[in-house]
Amino acid sequence: MIFDYNVIWENLPLYLGGVLVTLKLLLISLAFGLALAIPLGLMRVSKSALLNFPAWLYTYVIRGTPMLVQLFLIYYGLAQFDAVRESFLWPYFSSATFCACLAFGINTSAYSAEILAGSLKSTPHGEIEAAKAMGMSRAKLYRRILLPSALRRALPQYSNEVIMMLHTTSLASIVTLIDITGAARTVSSQHYLPFEAFITAGLFYLCLTFVLVRLFKHAERRWLAYLAPRKA
Amino acid sequence: MLDGYGSTILEGAWLTLMLALSSVTVAIFLGLLGAAFRLSPIRWLAILGETYATVIRGIPDLVLILLIFYGGQDLVNRVAPLLGYDEYIDINPFIAGVFTMGFIFGAYLSETFRGAFMAIPKGQSEAGAAYGMSGIKVFFRILVPQMIRFAIPGFTNNWLVLTKATALISVVGLQDMMFKAKSAADATREPFTFYLAVGALYLVLTSVSLLALRYVDKRYSVGTKAADL
Repeated sequence: MIFDYNVIWENLPLYLGGVLVTLKLLLISLAFGLALAIPLGLMRVSKSALLNFPAWLYTYVIRGTPMLVQLFLIYYGLAQFDAVRESFLWPYFSSATFCACLAFGINTSAYSAEILAGSLKSTPHGEIEAAKAMGMSRAKLYRRILLPSALRRALPQYSNEVIMMLHTTSLASIVTLIDITGAARTVSSQHYLPFEAFITAGLFYLCLTFVLVRLFKHAERRWLAYLAPRKA
Repeated sequence: MLDGYGSTILEGAWLTLMLALSSVTVAIFLGLLGAAFRLSPIRWLAILGETYATVIRGIPDLVLILLIFYGGQDLVNRVAPLLGYDEYIDINPFIAGVFTMGFIFGAYLSETFRGAFMAIPKGQSEAGAAYGMSGIKVFFRILVPQMIRFAIPGFTNNWLVLTKATALISVVGLQDMMFKAKSAADATREPFTFYLAVGALYLVLTSVSLLALRYVDKRYSVGTKAADL
């Protein structure tokens, strides 16, 4: 046999631990990213240049540079400054998990903000006019009409972003975390079986991707049913 | 500039650019092949194309890079002796990088190209067939030139993602600008400065790409009417 799968079988707990780490990184960075993305998305559709421009610059720079550079800037880069190392924040910034979540969160916030802005802009005119005709204030218009509908309509694109983020979390293995990729790298270097180790990691990601696709299909059926093509 | 590391980083930037351009060439070829397979009426070809696109897009780039780089090298050296070739085969990292990135982004481009082919009115290929053109001739003479316009927005996205993903190749030791920045950062203990500089270079690369592809889009859209919203 040219393939050796016993080693993978023995190291299965390591991979399963990696799945947990991957999911943890994914959930934390998505929650953080989405929380940032909503205000940023609103700024991106604002007519005021004072609000729009900073958000545009933020998303442009984040989306124009590689994730790896952003991660290294935060994890390795910030340590260059004495001010950071001496501050009360240093315990956080010296933790790989914290830095990875922060970098991933910032990254996904830029992409999600653009998705949300696109979705807000494509709100049908009639809905906004109707809300205004009902005498809604701007805040109420956003809270009751624009955001609920835009967030729903952003779902298909956001599902792509979530899957991209799942894949992005693999970069955590570069900053020493033992996620799925990290587990594979450990197995690969300990047993010198790169092919088996990384194929296994690939299979885990493939399964997680399929699960996410399924989950979003369900979410779309629940929240976007009114936009689904009519059944013949 | 940059403690004398400026020129090595620029050398790395050149390698990044070459890597991105060579991989996108491979990716375009594989993407066209993948799209043609997925749209083909022959069932097993369609399934093959579908599997390629789904599996590759379901696995992170980094894992694929590690798999193809280390796993591929390992596999080649395990299979070669069975074929009666006993020397250790060392794959050139640049070539390996180009094929790895090309193979990954071929899958993404096959999706873009498939959508673009489907956007072409059916009458076009039917007219080609009516003129007695063979399937391959219809594909290259009628479909491909019209597909380009529909594919530009998706292609722009994929090119930007590919350019940024080349940074991952530094992890397996190819000396692109990310790799050079890491060496410079380790030597000078000024990581922030160097990663920021490299980040700026990537931003220049992506901005120039955006402008260039916007121009191409304008050229290819001459004579078409945009929907008036």
